[in-house]
Amino acid sequence: MAQKPKMEETFGGYVLHNVPFPTELTEEALAALKEMGPILIEQPYEITYLHSYAQDSPFFAGLANGRFLASRDAETGYTYANPRAHDMYTGADTEWVEIQPEGVVHAFTVCHFGSEEFLPECPFVLALIELPGADTLFLARLIDVDPNAANLDWIGMKVKGRFRRLSKFKPTDIYFYPA
Amino acid sequence: MRSVYAVSGGVSKFTKARPDKTFQGLVKEAYDDALADLGLTHPQFLELVDGSVASYFSDHFARQLMAGIMAQDYLGLCPKPGHRVEGGGATGGICFQEAWKAVASGYMDVCLAYGFETMSHVATWKGNEFIALASDVSFDYPVGGFYSGYYAMMVTRHMKEFGTTPEQMAHVSVKNHMNALYNPYAQKRQRLTIADVRAAPMVAWPLTRLDICVMSDGAAAVIFCSEEGLAKLEASGASIPRPLVKVTGIGRGTDAMRMADRPHQSYETFLQHNLLPHEDTAVTRAYYANLWEHGFRYPGVHSFRAGRMAARQAYTHAHITDPLHQLDFIELHDAYTSSEVQTYEDMGLCRYGEGGPFATSGKTFMPGVEYGLDLADEPICAVNPSGGLIACGHPVGATGLMQGVFAIWQLQSTIAQHFDNDRLQVPDARRGAIHSHAGTGTYVTVTILEAEV
Repeated sequence: MAQKPKMEETFGGYVLHNVPFPTELTEEALAALKEMGPILIEQPYEITYLHSYAQDSPFFAGLANGRFLASRDAETGYTYANPRAHDMYTGADTEWVEIQPEGVVHAFTVCHFGSEEFLPECPFVLALIELPGADTLFLARLIDVDPNAANLDWIGMKVKGRFRRLSKFKPTDIYFYPA
Repeated sequence: MRSVYAVSGGVSKFTKARPDKTFQGLVKEAYDDALADLGLTHPQFLELVDGSVASYFSDHFARQLMAGIMAQDYLGLCPKPGHRVEGGGATGGICFQEAWKAVASGYMDVCLAYGFETMSHVATWKGNEFIALASDVSFDYPVGGFYSGYYAMMVTRHMKEFGTTPEQMAHVSVKNHMNALYNPYAQKRQRLTIADVRAAPMVAWPLTRLDICVMSDGAAAVIFCSEEGLAKLEASGASIPRPLVKVTGIGRGTDAMRMADRPHQSYETFLQHNLLPHEDTAVTRAYYANLWEHGFRYPGVHSFRAGRMAARQAYTHAHITDPLHQLDFIELHDAYTSSEVQTYEDMGLCRYGEGGPFATSGKTFMPGVEYGLDLADEPICAVNPSGGLIACGHPVGATGLMQGVFAIWQLQSTIAQHFDNDRLQVPDARRGAIHSHAGTGTYVTVTILEAEV
């Protein structure tokens, strides 16, 4: 199935100040308006949220200080790699514990396209990491693998976490690379 | 609970962009089609309809809060009761079930469900960003939020666990696009080969552009009624085809938003909570025990526990004990070829781990359609006879209702009348399922519909 060559479509056309319209609004002209094509206008929309990490904040503070904090249920020992102030099974408050950000790749993909925000970073690798100290997985970027040589053998690969020196207070303050 | 009939439906043809109509105008198209099938005018229907449920997924795409009431208002349904439901990709399936509830509970005798999405109002990659906001914005989105990427991760694990291949998944793409050749409502009507699917641009390894559904503008509507409502509709002149289509099973399940948080359950827990009744045999127990011995854990990220629980509930409700043979067709939420393969397992058409070979077996293909594939088995249960999301398009809030409309037409045996050809009419369709699925398997609905004998 051959794809026809196509230039990328982008917004940002000319500003238009008028459109064709009948000079006389006769009955025929009014009826013909039903056949008029639609007017499309651009409506920019931008907003800055003041997002609180709230009860999860210590996790991000930990990343900024080179420490990986997990949430553990005191009674069962069930440990979440992503912070969670309450255990989903016992309903009890969890406690913070430090775990080592070293493990294996559980699942991965190479994104050759992405959401607009991440398009400039394509291709990039997303991976769910199994950490021996946790019962749940952790979603992170995986670097130092060839995105054009994706291979199922990456699953099971030993990986280590590295913390960004210049923290952005995002989960990407830690990323993983083959150990 | 009272008997609930799904008596009529309408769909606007899904297309990439409908700049000629506002979302209200699209809903009106679907609504008018549903009424035209009944042979009722709007004033006649207005006398009888008790209220509505509206479905659309994204306030970002709509760039309009309370769009539901604007559709209600445009249709002329004010001041009757109504509300909007939202549950990601499953929004339409949830809407279908909420309308069922309104009638089953006795709250309404006639209820209209309508849904829409206008996804063309932003550029494709901004649209992907909007959709990715339906993942945890503190932990998942910032890492590289992209739904195709999420599903691709889920299927790499499926591939690793079970040996599932991209070529097996590509069979789903060929099947659904080919079915859509005969569905005039479908957005992408294409004759493809496995090689075409694999050669298409890679989006998120191993999923190519032809493994993934497209964004769409569209609307759909379904009319439900009780026995009393049916009598009232017919007394006012509605022509409702026989057999009647009755909703006989409702099921819904959920799972953790962050797929990283999903459990890795033991064999015993799986047996206790997630086994389907028809799987409770010595042979299948032994099969699963063997999987667990080899490191399989459930659901992990390779399986949709919400889909399994939805199927389990719906099958129990509808007394289905052998889904593959007791369902004549399924309209299945195939946003990705991979998720259709994974859902075969969740819905018990095959066992966990067998989705790949099952996809290529031929069992889910339409009889009488030439696919250009070498299929070993005869069709048993057509999956996505309409072409599914992959070929019909996925205007999120409309999708689950679109499945409902196609299911009604299958069970009424009116596909030929609606599609202008009968190639996609499932022969002797008595019972079907519609399956609606939200982000990585967070909300899943399964609804069973039957032709009343």
